Amino acid sequence: MSPATILIVLFFFLPVIVTIWISMTDMSVATFGNYKLIGFANYARMIRSQWTPKILKNTAFYVTATLCFFNVGMALFLSLLTTQYIDKKSATLFRTLWLLPRITPSVIYALLWIYATENPPYGILNQLLTPFGVEPRNWMMKAPWVVIILANGFVGASFGMIIFTSAIESILPDYLMAAKVDGASTLQTIRYIILPMIKWPILFVLSYQTLSLLASYEYILLLTNGGPGFYTTEVWSLYAFHRALSNYFGNVQFGYGAALAAVLVVIGIIVSVIYLRVFKFGELVAEPKIEVL
Amino acid sequence: MIVRGFKKSIPYAILTIVTLPIIIFYGWLFVSSFATGTEGLKPLGFTLHNWRFLTQPLPHMPSVWRITFNTLVFASVVTIAEVSISAAAGYGISRLKFPGRKTFLGLTLVLHAFPSVTLLIAIFFILYTLHLYDRLIGVIMVKVALDLPFGIWIMKGFFDTISWDIEMSALIDGCSRLRAWIQIVLPLIRPGIAALSIFCFLSGWSEFLMPYIFLTSFNNWTLSVMLKRIIGDFRFLDYGLLTSVGLFYMFPVLLFYAFTQQYLLSIYTGGVKGGA
Repeated sequence: MSPATILIVLFFFLPVIVTIWISMTDMSVATFGNYKLIGFANYARMIRSQWTPKILKNTAFYVTATLCFFNVGMALFLSLLTTQYIDKKSATLFRTLWLLPRITPSVIYALLWIYATENPPYGILNQLLTPFGVEPRNWMMKAPWVVIILANGFVGASFGMIIFTSAIESILPDYLMAAKVDGASTLQTIRYIILPMIKWPILFVLSYQTLSLLASYEYILLLTNGGPGFYTTEVWSLYAFHRALSNYFGNVQFGYGAALAAVLVVIGIIVSVIYLRVFKFGELVAEPKIEVL
Repeated sequence: MIVRGFKKSIPYAILTIVTLPIIIFYGWLFVSSFATGTEGLKPLGFTLHNWRFLTQPLPHMPSVWRITFNTLVFASVVTIAEVSISAAAGYGISRLKFPGRKTFLGLTLVLHAFPSVTLLIAIFFILYTLHLYDRLIGVIMVKVALDLPFGIWIMKGFFDTISWDIEMSALIDGCSRLRAWIQIVLPLIRPGIAALSIFCFLSGWSEFLMPYIFLTSFNNWTLSVMLKRIIGDFRFLDYGLLTSVGLFYMFPVLLFYAFTQQYLLSIYTGGVKGGA
């Protein structure tokens, strides 16, 4: 118990406070030894910065698109198809395949996408699409958003897929049977019975994944690193990372980066508290039954 | 009949098409590591030259075995620390009443949902101040700490499924709480411990961001950092080399995945953290 407490305090609570504290200073490589407190200047700079609107727009687009098409959309599609339409053995096979990207180390996964979207004569995408009359191109450069959303989506879909699948499988067969007896088609069963019954899991995946997408930048860092060009695919969390930890422009600004991260930290805390309220937190903390120690 | 058979195969066809990218990508990974080069999916010739990194270090790179050893140490220590701490804390939360229990559990839950990567900037500063920056032990501590809420939560779930009666009867027979925990309860949740261990090991083995940010000197790298550096150095040049290093790195993952899928699924259903 106590090692858990120490580690959590050291690497969770302290960082939250340190993030906010650094964000109030002008700490950078140049001033690492003798930084000074500058109050909310970093935040003011953030609001005034000409890049802020663009990065906000990028972030919103990235999160919404990935969430709708893959983390919820594709996940729902996959779990419905594998539970309602095909036999158990093939269903397991497909689910295994879809889990593969999640289990793959991110660097290798990014490598696969880098090659697939490569210039002709290398890229797999070009090789597959040229026969259909699609102009060959370097997809990573020409359509960076498509690649990023696809790459993130193929990882993200598996999370929802597993949650939805187990939710669908735990629906009492009686309901489905009753629908069948009443002459409902599979589509009608899905629409009127399954979907309403897995409403909560869908909401859960939606909120959980919004938060993790908002904060995630690992795959974008590996794929385009915010490019091509100037901030084309830079999202908020990656921007914070670049400012504070990666000497992209040769000047590492911890203070400004921390201010950017602090925004996400605050959003993260608020959202996680809210959805723990929504998802019946009280039930989970019921008192234990044995009192002797 | 034919129409029916056709109709039945439509779902399979759709699933195959959407899954195709995954099949193709991983197929290429395998083919390319043994090929002199590839154009799209077509291998140009067979070679073992790509695997040269196993016997001689690459230019400007440390030996792959040293890095593998680092990665192994990293993943193993993270696993041992995280599983033992989570098991103890999970049991405490599940079975003991102590002041602040509710707060502790609530915090664990909030942190479990909280996106920890946003804290890396501050953690950089803390590690720097503690002189743990660029040291494997520092990254291990960070990794364990950030994954702990998840581990504790999973462990609590497994302890909750065990009936109180077994433990109660052991206590009534005069068994101490600690002994009951070690001899009675822990063996009962062996599948849970196995699942969490596999999960931690794979997650440690694959970890990229933390070693990438917090380990700079080259003898401290893990395989993920090394692969990233090779991509940086050889980009657009040597996919054969990249894929063979990648496959080498991924081999243990595939092995674990093939044999322990059921365990892993039980963890994911418990609600996994992070990832896009």
